[in-house]
Amino acid sequence: MFKSKRNALLGATLIGAFFATNAYAETTLNALFMAQAAYSEADVRAMTEAFSKANPDVKVNLEFVPYEGLHDKTVLAQGSGGGYDVVLFDVIWPAEYATNKVLVDVSSRITDDMTKGVLPGAWTTVQYDGAYYGMPWILDTKYLFYNKDILEKAGIKAPPKTWDELAEQAKIIKDKGLLATPITWSWSQAEAAICDYTTLVSAYGGKFLDGGKPAFQTGGGLDALKYMVSSYTSGISNPNSKEFLEEDVRKVFENGEAAFALNWTYMYNLANAGKDSKVAGKVGVVPAPGVAGKSEVSAVNGSMGLGITSTSKHPDDAWKYITFMTSQEVQNQYAKLSLPIWASSYEDPAVTKGQEELIGAAKLGLAAMYPRPTTPKYQELSTALQQAIQEALLGQASPEDALKTAAENSGL
Amino acid sequence: MSGTSMTTRAWFLMLPLLAVMVAVIGWPLADTVGLSFTDAKLVGTAGNFVGIDNYVKTISSSNFRRTLIITTEFAIISVFAEMVLGVLAALLLNQQFYGRTVLRGLMILPWALPTVVNATLWRLIYNPEYGALNAALTQIGLLDAYRSWLGEPGTALASLIVADCWKNFPLVALIALAALQAVPRDITAASLVDGAGPFARFRFVILPYLAGPLMVALVLRTIEAFKVFDIVWVMTRGGPANSTRTLSILVYQEAFSFQRAGSGASLALIVTLLVAVLAAAYAALVRKTAGSNA
Repeated sequence: MFKSKRNALLGATLIGAFFATNAYAETTLNALFMAQAAYSEADVRAMTEAFSKANPDVKVNLEFVPYEGLHDKTVLAQGSGGGYDVVLFDVIWPAEYATNKVLVDVSSRITDDMTKGVLPGAWTTVQYDGAYYGMPWILDTKYLFYNKDILEKAGIKAPPKTWDELAEQAKIIKDKGLLATPITWSWSQAEAAICDYTTLVSAYGGKFLDGGKPAFQTGGGLDALKYMVSSYTSGISNPNSKEFLEEDVRKVFENGEAAFALNWTYMYNLANAGKDSKVAGKVGVVPAPGVAGKSEVSAVNGSMGLGITSTSKHPDDAWKYITFMTSQEVQNQYAKLSLPIWASSYEDPAVTKGQEELIGAAKLGLAAMYPRPTTPKYQELSTALQQAIQEALLGQASPEDALKTAAENSGL
Repeated sequence: MSGTSMTTRAWFLMLPLLAVMVAVIGWPLADTVGLSFTDAKLVGTAGNFVGIDNYVKTISSSNFRRTLIITTEFAIISVFAEMVLGVLAALLLNQQFYGRTVLRGLMILPWALPTVVNATLWRLIYNPEYGALNAALTQIGLLDAYRSWLGEPGTALASLIVADCWKNFPLVALIALAALQAVPRDITAASLVDGAGPFARFRFVILPYLAGPLMVALVLRTIEAFKVFDIVWVMTRGGPANSTRTLSILVYQEAFSFQRAGSGASLALIVTLLVAVLAAAYAALVRKTAGSNA
């Protein structure tokens, strides 16, 4: 198998070399992005067009897949000999991608200006074992969004600062008959559930791994799941949360059917200014709450980066494209859907205007971003945890037992 | 020309086709078999020979057994329902009535749509907040509160089966309809004269003509139902709490998400073997049915 793959590759290279030297000098990059949240498909196309205008000799083919297919598509392309030069990757994948040589180490390409200008927290998105595997591009965490109208009607003065307060406020709203199920989450059997869970783990001061072994089954990790289960069984959370992804959460919140929702940055401007939103102008945003005596706020690192694949034949052009896409000018221009990775952008009125509340929440949230574990076996761990969360919510297992099973099935 | 040289010539003419078959089916299959005895990862190392380790681990895992049961449940119920619905639809469409041609065309639509489109459509229908099913059932009074069809282990598999039936019964109907049109008019007319009721007519006059083609439909549908992936992946990704995880999803997770190519290959081959055994059993049954009717 490997021999024939090499032959095919050799053939392709020869054909490529022939065209490269004889036909034209233009290079074509293939890039893989995701078709949702943060920057929209149209935004990525517009940014890429601007890049091509500035670099007429480099053509970029764009491909978009849903987030749920991004990891597998990247790995599959790599397993079959490559295909992409630039790939978008989630903060949870650098460990695996580095170990399996999917992405190249770009540490030597990162300039001093980049090191100084980009927020320190953003770098954790692309780092593994001391090396850099790309540039951070989407800086993101989950925030607590609230419906100002409903809170006012319920006589609540300020949004919750702790998770217990959130439960209390939701109870008030429920008891006053304003909404049957005031809180909405994305707890579908998918990575989205792990992001909500991680936010709570960080609030309760929990740990995923300790010395490479699972540690979420006790302490803060267990408290986090217990909170989810009690929020679900006490009826203050939308029971359909267990089949929701982020977009479902947004739709429910935009329809005015949720007082509180946990979601990414992109929801702020869509819900608060979007023409399909019934709650436009009434959307409040604060960092996800903390736990008394343990944390002030909580946050999950949900950032994503752009990297060069190890099979790319044009790493220099790929890097040129990545630096353009992650540059401060481009990021500031599209700051309404995803906040920039550059520290000084937050002082720029062009970025902050109209979203002061979000920037305020971001300053606290981004500083508290908690990472999901960096392990090459992340996908297995995540799959086991997704199952545990759902079993506990459905009452098929106690939170203790569900997490114990997840620890055993995590492959660690 | 003698018989032997005809045979030689036939083989000779078939050679290019055989070569292509070996290249596109035989080689990947052999490669997969080889892979299944290693601990290879999808990317990176080539993997070491581990013997039948992967097979032993797969068969003894509770995940595999649970998934096998779910897949079997899905296959049996959905194929049975598709056969019944398909035959009923074919009998109906075989009648003379106004608008029959239009209806025939419409009926094939769900089957002609890509599965992903179908699955997305049904996800919308089942949506717990805005879905048409909840709206319809509450409006006619069968339901007092909206339900989460795909979010409860009790209803998720059944909801998937309904979606699968809707997509696939038209294929059975199409095959049955074609067979029905081969039933000679004079025989049905004669049975009427002989005083056969509708059930007797179906059982003794029509069914013998249907048996062979229906067997083909049954084999096709069973094999596909055992391999079901896309409709499940789009609608539930195996959730809630893995209650709709089928064998193909397990293979996908093992080989691609967890990148254990070796163990994924062993799992894929076990599924292939299961399907092959089923197909062989059906084939034997077809031969028997065909024999008894001759």
